[in-house]
Amino acid sequence: MEFLTVHSPALIIALPLLAAFVIPLLGRAGATIRDTFNVAILGFTAFLVAVLAIDVYTGGTRVYTFGATVPEMAIPQGYMVPVRIMFEVDAISIFMALATTVVTIAAFIYSLQFLKGETGQERFYSLLMLLFVGMLGLELTGDMFNMFVFLEILSIAGAGLASYRVNMADAVEGGFKYIVISAVSALMVLFAIGILYAQYNLLSIAALAHNMQYNTLDMIALGLLAIAFVMKLAGVPLHMWAPDTYAVAPAGITPMIYTSSAASMYALYRVTFTLYGGAFDTGAIGWVVIILGVLSMFIGVMMAIHQTDIKRLMAYHAISQSGYMLLGVGVGLAVLTDPVALASYGRDAMNGGIFHIINNALYKGMLFLTAEAIFFRIGTRDLNRMGGLGHKMKWTAAFFIIGALAISGIPPFNGFASKLLIYESVFRFNPLLSVIAMFVSLVTLASFTKVFYSAFTGAEMPSLGQVREVPRSMLIGMGVLAACIIFFSIFPGLVVDAIVAPATDALIDQASYINGVMGAAP
Amino acid sequence: MIQYIPYNIPFIAVALLVGIALYILIFKRNMVKIVMGVAILGAAVNLFLVALGYRAGGVAPIYTVSPQGPMVLPVPQALTLTSIVIAVSIIALMLTMVMHTYRHTKDVDAKKSRTMKG
Amino acid sequence: MLSKIVRTISDQLILFILVFGFYIITHGHLTPGGGFQGGAVIASGVVMMIVAFGSNQIKKSLRERHLAVVESSGALIFIGMAFAGLGTTFFYNFLVGTPVFGIIPPTGPNPGNLWTGGVIPLMNLGVGLKVIAGLSAVVLAMALFSSGEEVEE
Repeated sequence: MEFLTVHSPALIIALPLLAAFVIPLLGRAGATIRDTFNVAILGFTAFLVAVLAIDVYTGGTRVYTFGATVPEMAIPQGYMVPVRIMFEVDAISIFMALATTVVTIAAFIYSLQFLKGETGQERFYSLLMLLFVGMLGLELTGDMFNMFVFLEILSIAGAGLASYRVNMADAVEGGFKYIVISAVSALMVLFAIGILYAQYNLLSIAALAHNMQYNTLDMIALGLLAIAFVMKLAGVPLHMWAPDTYAVAPAGITPMIYTSSAASMYALYRVTFTLYGGAFDTGAIGWVVIILGVLSMFIGVMMAIHQTDIKRLMAYHAISQSGYMLLGVGVGLAVLTDPVALASYGRDAMNGGIFHIINNALYKGMLFLTAEAIFFRIGTRDLNRMGGLGHKMKWTAAFFIIGALAISGIPPFNGFASKLLIYESVFRFNPLLSVIAMFVSLVTLASFTKVFYSAFTGAEMPSLGQVREVPRSMLIGMGVLAACIIFFSIFPGLVVDAIVAPATDALIDQASYINGVMGAAP
Repeated sequence: MIQYIPYNIPFIAVALLVGIALYILIFKRNMVKIVMGVAILGAAVNLFLVALGYRAGGVAPIYTVSPQGPMVLPVPQALTLTSIVIAVSIIALMLTMVMHTYRHTKDVDAKKSRTMKG
Repeated sequence: MLSKIVRTISDQLILFILVFGFYIITHGHLTPGGGFQGGAVIASGVVMMIVAFGSNQIKKSLRERHLAVVESSGALIFIGMAFAGLGTTFFYNFLVGTPVFGIIPPTGPNPGNLWTGGVIPLMNLGVGLKVIAGLSAVVLAMALFSSGEEVEE
């Protein structure tokens, strides 16, 4: 068990990677063996993530150096700077890894029976494992270039999966837009890494933060990194790819691509809070993040009102909810250098924003899965051609109701808990932002009421007479997410104290992150 | 000031290539040209990474012929190699998508293949 | 299918390309090169054969199933070497000091000893196999696709 705890950062990445390479060989032996193997690997990886989470929440930041003689030795004998690739897991990293693992398990179980009869299934599961590895690697790493490599891995795997249904023209178009935007943003990240390496000769995030002088070249690098990560997380005004790509991705892939956008948001926070930290006046950057958040909230929900394609509508709502996360953490960033304001409302705003990340991954993921379930049964995503599905698809309608109420911030669901944290703390920063947030919440509720009415209630359309409930594995996949939503709704305080507040502390406290690596000098 | 120009020619070339690539990506509508634009952007960033490692008077950083004098930095060359590998995979993926789109619509114009609007 | 002169020359030339590519792969820890570079050279040799003989002819020899097996085994060699060092750390170079590839290289200019490097030459081999199979499969699939057929499973 000690062995598993110490080596868990490496094993978490290595086991799904091994599975991705073995699946094409194993697929010759039959579909059942392949599915059992995948379930076993995902289950064991989830167990390792839980073990690492308990270790990080009780013991502090954990550093793992690849190829060293002792895993915690980041700086070898006689050196002054860290030299190898290292994973540095603190509370916010493991929080994002927990969210990623839950969504991946639900998406994988959902895809087991969604893909019956499709060709190329080994490649689907191989790419799904690679997407999982990419997201986990991005969240756990402590090295800038490693972050770039995992960002590219998840972009390529995500684009390959989004255009999986090559017999549909719009699927290939959605995948093409995703890969072009991802390639451009990743190359901008590499350019910024080149600028930082040219100045400091270091690639490790902790060592760069330790030596950061904030001159003009560093400002250029920060601007490039910020623009690149905003492109990846589909924040307005660079959000044009998201509705197309989220609409056409098959099976459980849309929740995973959405969670990879959340991972890019984590990378943005890692760069602004930890890499640049207290070296500059965070007020200006904080206001930029707040403005991005408000734009995303507002434009996302306004564009969602008149959509007729159910998954495009949900994609615009996903953009709008990302605005809430940016707003909450942006308020925290704006008051980072002001201790009084930070203690009174800054921490609560960041708690709300970060809690909203995992809430959104859960209920937005579940809403995307219900939309794909409808598509699976009736072959269209157009709201004008649906009607009265609630009579036959009772479980899907129930999951949709839970998701729609949670996303609109209706008590007692977990959406209400995180949105209340954001409303209260942002009101003390600037009242206008809180009013805009509440208005967006109202419009979200109106939009989902429209979807529910047109898709699930009303008289049955004659062309949909043979519709039955979806297969059982898809229901189990949605049920996993619904169970997590209900658990978070009943015990929001427990969740905030246990996993969200340590994550906020880890983001604000740059010194302990640097100490985790540089303090290991012999 | 004028004597710094010869040392800065690689970086001027990087700026030109990035400008050309961004112009292609923003203004061109043919999907094959967009793929070329991404390839040129990748080449520009690779050139930037290799050029920033140069040290005046240095030689190639090969371990078995290591001289007594200065060598150029080897780490950016490793970063560039990784970036080239990733660019190859991305371009292969994009070209496959262009071929599928052509099969569906018999046209590689990115504006005409917009089946999804709004 | 190009003319008889081109086909004959390609038949002769592919052997030299294979030897040169494997030289680059195996000497990756001494001279510039390594897994990806050598694999790309050999894959360009395969592209030359596809251009000379036509993709339908090459499809009969290079089946997509066999290429997938080679690709997966190359990747498994790579990650197997990484796992084998897990006694100390992941990716630990456990072959340094052992008789297998474990000689410590001398400093200063020297002709270079092939049996140095530890795990690195084996990882180069794994990556080289994967790149050969992967790039060949990509180009073969594109060639077959544009001539109107689909690659079978």
